[in-house]
Amino acid sequence: MSEPAFSLKATGRLRRRQLVNKGMGALAIGAALLAVAVLAIVVISVASRGAGSLNLAFFTQNQAQGFNPKGGGVLFAIVGSAVLVGIATLIALPLGVLIAIYISELAPPRFARVARMALDISNGIPTIVIGIFVFTMLVAAHGQSAFAGSIGLAIIMLPLIARATEEVLLLVPSSQREASLALGVSRWRTTVQVVIPSALGGILTGTTLAIARAAGETAPLLFLTSLGASGNADANPFHPLQSLTLVIFTYSDLDPAYQSKAWAAAFTLMCFVLFTSLAAKLALARYRKKLGG
Amino acid sequence: MEVIKTKIEVADKSRRPATADREVVFEARDLDVFYGNQRAIDGVNIDIYQHLITAIIGPSGCGKSTFLRTLNRMNDLVPTARLSGELRYRGIDLYGPGVDAVEVRRRVGMVFQKPNPFHSSIYDNVAYGMRILGMKKDLAGRVENALRAAALWDEVKDRLKDSALGLSGGQQQRLCIARAIAVEPEVILFDEPASALDPISTSAIEDLMHELKRDYTLVIVTHNMQQAARVADMTAFFGLNVSPDGSRQGILVEYDETEKIFTNPSDKRTEGYVTGRFG
Amino acid sequence: MATSHADRDPALKRTRGWLDRIGDPALKAITFSAAALAVSILGLIAFELARGSRLAFHHFGLGFVTSQTWDTIHNQFGALSLIAGTAVTAVLATLIATPLAVAIALFLTELAPKPVRALLGALVEMLAAIPSVILGLWGILILGPFVENQLEPFLGSTLGFLPFFRGQHSPTGILTAVLVLTIMIVPIVASVTRELFTTVPPELREGALALGATRWEMVRGVLLPAARPGILAAVALGFGRAAGEAMAVLMVIGGTIGIHLSLFSHSDTLAARIAGQYQGASTNLQISSLVYLATILLVISLAVNVGAQLLIKPIDRRPRRRRIALDRALEVQGLSAD
Repeated sequence: MSEPAFSLKATGRLRRRQLVNKGMGALAIGAALLAVAVLAIVVISVASRGAGSLNLAFFTQNQAQGFNPKGGGVLFAIVGSAVLVGIATLIALPLGVLIAIYISELAPPRFARVARMALDISNGIPTIVIGIFVFTMLVAAHGQSAFAGSIGLAIIMLPLIARATEEVLLLVPSSQREASLALGVSRWRTTVQVVIPSALGGILTGTTLAIARAAGETAPLLFLTSLGASGNADANPFHPLQSLTLVIFTYSDLDPAYQSKAWAAAFTLMCFVLFTSLAAKLALARYRKKLGG
Repeated sequence: MEVIKTKIEVADKSRRPATADREVVFEARDLDVFYGNQRAIDGVNIDIYQHLITAIIGPSGCGKSTFLRTLNRMNDLVPTARLSGELRYRGIDLYGPGVDAVEVRRRVGMVFQKPNPFHSSIYDNVAYGMRILGMKKDLAGRVENALRAAALWDEVKDRLKDSALGLSGGQQQRLCIARAIAVEPEVILFDEPASALDPISTSAIEDLMHELKRDYTLVIVTHNMQQAARVADMTAFFGLNVSPDGSRQGILVEYDETEKIFTNPSDKRTEGYVTGRFG
Repeated sequence: MATSHADRDPALKRTRGWLDRIGDPALKAITFSAAALAVSILGLIAFELARGSRLAFHHFGLGFVTSQTWDTIHNQFGALSLIAGTAVTAVLATLIATPLAVAIALFLTELAPKPVRALLGALVEMLAAIPSVILGLWGILILGPFVENQLEPFLGSTLGFLPFFRGQHSPTGILTAVLVLTIMIVPIVASVTRELFTTVPPELREGALALGATRWEMVRGVLLPAARPGILAAVALGFGRAAGEAMAVLMVIGGTIGIHLSLFSHSDTLAARIAGQYQGASTNLQISSLVYLATILLVISLAVNVGAQLLIKPIDRRPRRRRIALDRALEVQGLSAD
């Protein structure tokens, strides 16, 4: 066989192009590593400063009095957060599911588009604006309360639950609906007794994600439920209640004893939000795969 | 076999074999292709000749496209794909050390089943490859030449700046051919080039192929036997082999001049396929 | 007319009672009301904000937008300083975050092997889920000292000839705020962009690679142009998020009125000022001015959001599978709490 008169190796211009290619690849890897590094730095610094202050008293005692107190805990804030998010979920979950049913099953296409756009726009409204909105609507006249805070949180959770539910409703195979309708079952029963139970897993994980989001909110609560909130555990929604997030915010500015509690509260909240978000996303991914999404 | 580097015209299908005095462009010896642990192609031995149209036919799933994609190293894009055996391009091991796949793909172009023009103008589609290669001199002229060679110039010369997506399916496919020609390849691979097109566009593409083989070597995968019979000089029939353990691989059953494959095949399996008894 | 199956079969007869006759229209009515409520909340928000800012609007009119004053003693308020602060921090954060986010998205879709892709994607989304008050806490107590003691001296000494890097070093200020905002919006833009890249058909990529393009040349010449409208929408979403962020910015920006050129200076944004003044607001005029600020912020965020929606629209018309991919991307945007 005679000598080949050419080569398939990279030379000259191609070698330069390959260098550029590798360079860009390195930049991309670098950016990804940077993101992971930042995540690690934030998580580790919160963990290292917060975990140390975690003890039973932290979770079971209420706000200590005075300057630089030794003991005390954030029980009142945990209870407050639970009440705030709990009531918000009770409001947003049924509404969100109903809206999703309308958009995916019952609405004429133009209405569905309008509703979807409204949800997406609401999702993008800064939460502080939502806080001001509920403030002018409710608090100006009736004073602060956890209930007002829950309404603010519910407005924030609503688009998330509605969109997540809509997505899983669309994923339910139409063969299920058609089988039910073909048996003579009415549309509403089909939706309520066949489609929704099928979509339940997805609805729950979507709600969990919304709960994780609401648990991390601070800005709207500033106007709605912090003034005059007691430092003792209180579950009455008509009183203003503290939340874990508000405590982190307030304590961050105070003396070291409170600051260490702020770190501990931040660590607690971060663990809660990250674990529930991650678990919900994993469940959602598996659920989607099961339904063939 | 002696390699003669001059082009020889074969006047018609006389008794002189079509492959005589032609350079071998691709030489495969015991070529296996695996996806992970699954063997997709088993022991292919084939010589593909310059300035001929070689068609690869066979039932679905017998590795035709897989084989085609080894010729321009597009299988590299599949993470689990690997090769064993030998595949030479004009004497050089295509998968040897130091071989740059990007250079291979410039020399061995490909036209896909579904026309896939870029979301830009007709001009920019054709110019894309040339710009990357730094062929900046007289770009407009080169674009025109490529479009003429793809028999598309007259239809688009007044709207080069229009979006390529506004062309019909057949025009888009010819645009993809022009785009491939623009980087001055030596080989053009066609993966079921007309299966997504209507009969009139298909016949336009087939006429184009007859023109193109003067300057390029063409390898075509097609599930349409009539197309192979119309267009190809050499035809390779890939069949499915079932192993003792139940796994299936594609194998090269028979490879010969097209006329022989369709009128007097040597292998019973080839005969079964081309006469429509199976596949 | 022959009786229907339902009438003849006793089991099915159970499902044909009065409940079923009203069930369908009732469900439609109930769900319609819920949807109408969601849509009208938008209008309600606009209405309430307008109502709440009426007092301030009556006093200052549109001049509010062009006045830099924020004087609680003399009850004179103006939004310009805050608008400038919002613009500067949001624009800078977006400028820094976008190339980072696109690079991360490219890594995830083009370079990362499958197991790494899932893991890294999850980590990036985790970054989005961190509540902003925690990022603010980290920002003021950990990033702040770093900025004051290492970053600003470094920038001052190397780039101090530019007016942007002069002045006193401090843990708070525009620079710290921009860094914190960047950390917040990178995951959002990255996730939306990543989902967008997956909607670009593989045939387009293969076409470019088959011509003899390197991976980067394929990305630059085919992938990025094909995804451009979606990337712009993602950038708009990120910008909107940065402009609306209250807590983290409040904690690290230094809450000062006045427009200065240097990144080291303290500043304030619309959202941060509203959040920061809630407790101290004494007069009705001050409260109304805060609501006026919120109105301006609402206008900005609506403009950005509607703009992003319009950019996404052409993508929306594609098959449902691709729309779902986009929806999943948008849900990451919903992960980040303020």
